Amino acid sequence: MPKWFQPTTLLCAALFAISPFVIANAPYESTMGLVQKVFYYHMPSAWVFLTASVICGSASARFLATGNPRHDRTALAAAEMAVLFGLLTLVTGPLWARKAWGTWWIWDARITSSLVGWMIAWAYLILRQYGGPGSEKLAAGLALFGTANVPFIYVSVNYWRTIHPATTVVPKLPFSMGFPLLFCLAAFYLLMFLLMKLRTRVAEQQARLDAIYLSLDEQA
Amino acid sequence: MLRAILLIVRKDLTVEVRSRELAYTTLFFAVSCVLVFAFSLVQEGRAAEGVGAGVLWMAIMFAGNLALGRTFERERQSETLRALMLVPAPRPAVYLGKLTGIVLLLAITEAVLVPLVALLFESALLSHPFWLASVVATGTVGFAAVGTLFAAMLVRARSRDVLLPVLLYPITVPVLIAGVRATVAIAQPEFEVDVVRFWLMLLIAFDIVFITLALWTFEPVMTD
Repeated sequence: MPKWFQPTTLLCAALFAISPFVIANAPYESTMGLVQKVFYYHMPSAWVFLTASVICGSASARFLATGNPRHDRTALAAAEMAVLFGLLTLVTGPLWARKAWGTWWIWDARITSSLVGWMIAWAYLILRQYGGPGSEKLAAGLALFGTANVPFIYVSVNYWRTIHPATTVVPKLPFSMGFPLLFCLAAFYLLMFLLMKLRTRVAEQQARLDAIYLSLDEQA
Repeated sequence: MLRAILLIVRKDLTVEVRSRELAYTTLFFAVSCVLVFAFSLVQEGRAAEGVGAGVLWMAIMFAGNLALGRTFERERQSETLRALMLVPAPRPAVYLGKLTGIVLLLAITEAVLVPLVALLFESALLSHPFWLASVVATGTVGFAAVGTLFAAMLVRARSRDVLLPVLLYPITVPVLIAGVRATVAIAQPEFEVDVVRFWLMLLIAFDIVFITLALWTFEPVMTD
C-alpha cells in the first residue's frame, strides 16, 4: 500500500468520529426539527452513490473501448461502492421521510431512479459473481446501459409528481448547516476513495496471482 | 447489410415455421399469465380501473423474457452460434436480424394478448387502435432491443436463465412505466392525446438511444 494510505485512513476515521458532534451542534431546522439531521448522512451517501455509479459507467465504457483490465477493476470497485452507499441512502431516506412527509416511501422521481440505479448496480455484481468466465465484459455492457437509463427513469417518473427538495436548496443553506454538510461530504468521499483504493488493490493482486499461476502451469 | 439482416430474419422464421416451438410456448405462456392475473385481480366480476394496461405490459415483458432466452438457447444447443458469429456480415447486422425476429414473434403474441386483456379486464384498449399499435410497437422494440443484446451476451454465461430477467427488468423500467401510462391514457373514456404523445415520444427516444448503444456494444461483448 502507498505511504499515504494509513494516515488518510486515520483522518477518515477521525472525521467520522467527530461528525456526530458537528451534526449535534448544527441548529434545528424550523419545521422538521431533530429528524432533519438525518440529512447530514443521507445527502453525502446519496452523492457518493451517484459518483460511484458515474465512475462505474465511465470506467465500463473505457473498458469496452480499450479492453484494459485496469478500467474493469475500477468499475468493479465503483459498483461495490454504489451498492454500499446506495443502501445507506435508501435506508436513511425513508427514516427521514417518515417524519418529514408522513410516509416511508413515495414513488418520486429521485427515489425511484435511485432504487432502480441501485438495483442495476446490484445486478452488475450478481452478473460478475455468477456469470462465470467472460462476465466482466457483459457486466461492462450492463453498466453502460444502466448509466444511459438514468435520464429515462428520471423523466418517466418525474412526469407523475415530485416532492423532493430541489438541488438548488443546497447552496442557499446557512453556514451553520452548510458546514456540517460539507464536513460529512468530505468524510463520505474520503471513505469512498479509500475503500475503492483498497478494493482495486485486492483485484490487482488477484490478477497478478492468477498470472503467476498461469505462468507456473506453462513451465510445468 | 440489409441483405444480411433479412437473411437472418428469414433463417429464424424458417426454423420457427418448421418447429413452431417459440410461437406456441410464448403465446401459451402469455395467455397463462393473463389468466393468472385475471384470477388474482378480477373480483366479483370486475377488475379495478386501469389494471388492464398493467396486465398487458406485464404479460408482454414476461413472455418476452421467455422468448428472448429461448432464441439464443436454440442457437447454442444446435451449436449454430459460432456459425452465426462467423457470418461474413458486420456484427450489428446479426443483432438487428435477431431483434427483428423477436419483435415479429412478440407482435404475433400481442395480437392475441390485446383483445384477450380488453375482454377479460373490460378495458377499452381498442378504442384508439392506431395509438395503441404505436405505443405497443415502440414499447416492444425498446424492450426487445435491450433484451436481444443481453440474451446474446448471456448465451455463454453460467446461470443465464436466471440472469436474464435480473438484468433486463431494472433496465426496462422506463419502457414499462411509459407503456402502462400511455395505455391507461388510451383506455380512458376521455382520450387525452397530449399524454399519449408524451409517453410515445419517450418510448421513441428510448428506442433510439438503446438501439444505438446496443449496436455499439454488440461487437465488443460478442468477441472473445
